[in-house]
Amino acid sequence: MANHWYMLTLIGEDKPGIVAAITQALFDQGLNLGETSMLRLGGNFTIMMMVNGTDDEYHLRTQLKPVIEAQGMCLHIDPIRARLHEHLLPNIQVTVSGADRAGIVAQITAALATAGFNILDLESDVAGTSDEPVYIMQIAGVADVPVESIDQSMAELRGKGVDINVTAVDTYIG
Amino acid sequence: MIGRVAILDILKLPDQRLKQTSEPVTAFDDELRAFIADLEETRQDGPAAVGIAAPQVGYFKRIVIIDCSTTRKPVPNHGHLILVNPEITHWEGYEPGREGCLSVPDYTGNVIRATRIHLAAQDPQGQPVAFDMEGYEARAAQHEIDHLDGMLFIDRVVSRRTDLFKRKVYQKGGKK
Repeated sequence: MANHWYMLTLIGEDKPGIVAAITQALFDQGLNLGETSMLRLGGNFTIMMMVNGTDDEYHLRTQLKPVIEAQGMCLHIDPIRARLHEHLLPNIQVTVSGADRAGIVAQITAALATAGFNILDLESDVAGTSDEPVYIMQIAGVADVPVESIDQSMAELRGKGVDINVTAVDTYIG
Repeated sequence: MIGRVAILDILKLPDQRLKQTSEPVTAFDDELRAFIADLEETRQDGPAAVGIAAPQVGYFKRIVIIDCSTTRKPVPNHGHLILVNPEITHWEGYEPGREGCLSVPDYTGNVIRATRIHLAAQDPQGQPVAFDMEGYEARAAQHEIDHLDGMLFIDRVVSRRTDLFKRKVYQKGGKK
């Protein structure tokens, strides 16, 4: 039987036991996990996971329906190529913080893309209070250009109430 | 006696021997120095590592090698160091940094380490040596000494989201 990889995206209101219930259901169906990301975003629990098995998309959805409904989640399925064991090593990280304002992510990431920076991982959070929200973002990525030129690409965006730090990531291997 | 230097096999996860605690070196003899030559050759083989610890090649004695003198951007360092029976006697500060390991291929993660340490050890002749280390070199020493205690960096990985809020001085596996 053919072996398929899918990216499953699940979202629902956060409560204890979601991960256990979903992964048990996958295991019971003979499905295996690849890389996953699971985190709480503003009271919602979000899951993206690579899943491998012999089921076609229709059967996968049918088999998971009971647990998805029981957990009050929404499910989205995409067939993917797995490409495991191909991690890229980030060599530059960018941290951003400042008063929350519209367009901050778009402007920073556009400047980074133009400078030749490929984002591998981006996490952003709204901290502070509802009266004075603070946007905090951490980006790890790879660029073939020197860290100074990535830093330079942020020059125009600095001083608009946004603090941007660009640093080289020297991964210790030992 | 000059023997042929050999590249040794690296133990890789999930090999449980990586979890073993290594014994102190008591004999500073030719056998020890021959092993150190092999360990160094192994460190430099393939994708060269900055550091290596004896248990990574299945030799469970307290020996590590680090060399932070060849980083892309120079960092404060003491050059090529062979540290026998190393012990960290003082920790200060903490900072996250990215680490990977010859024993854990295709995986890197952020680990919080002390920023400055004082380290006492012996050289391959058994003479006492001591170093004040900071930053990347201090990270190297902490990563390698962890191997001697059966600890891998994956046991200490934190998410970037977590570091941001973490405000506790990190001393596990070190100062009690």
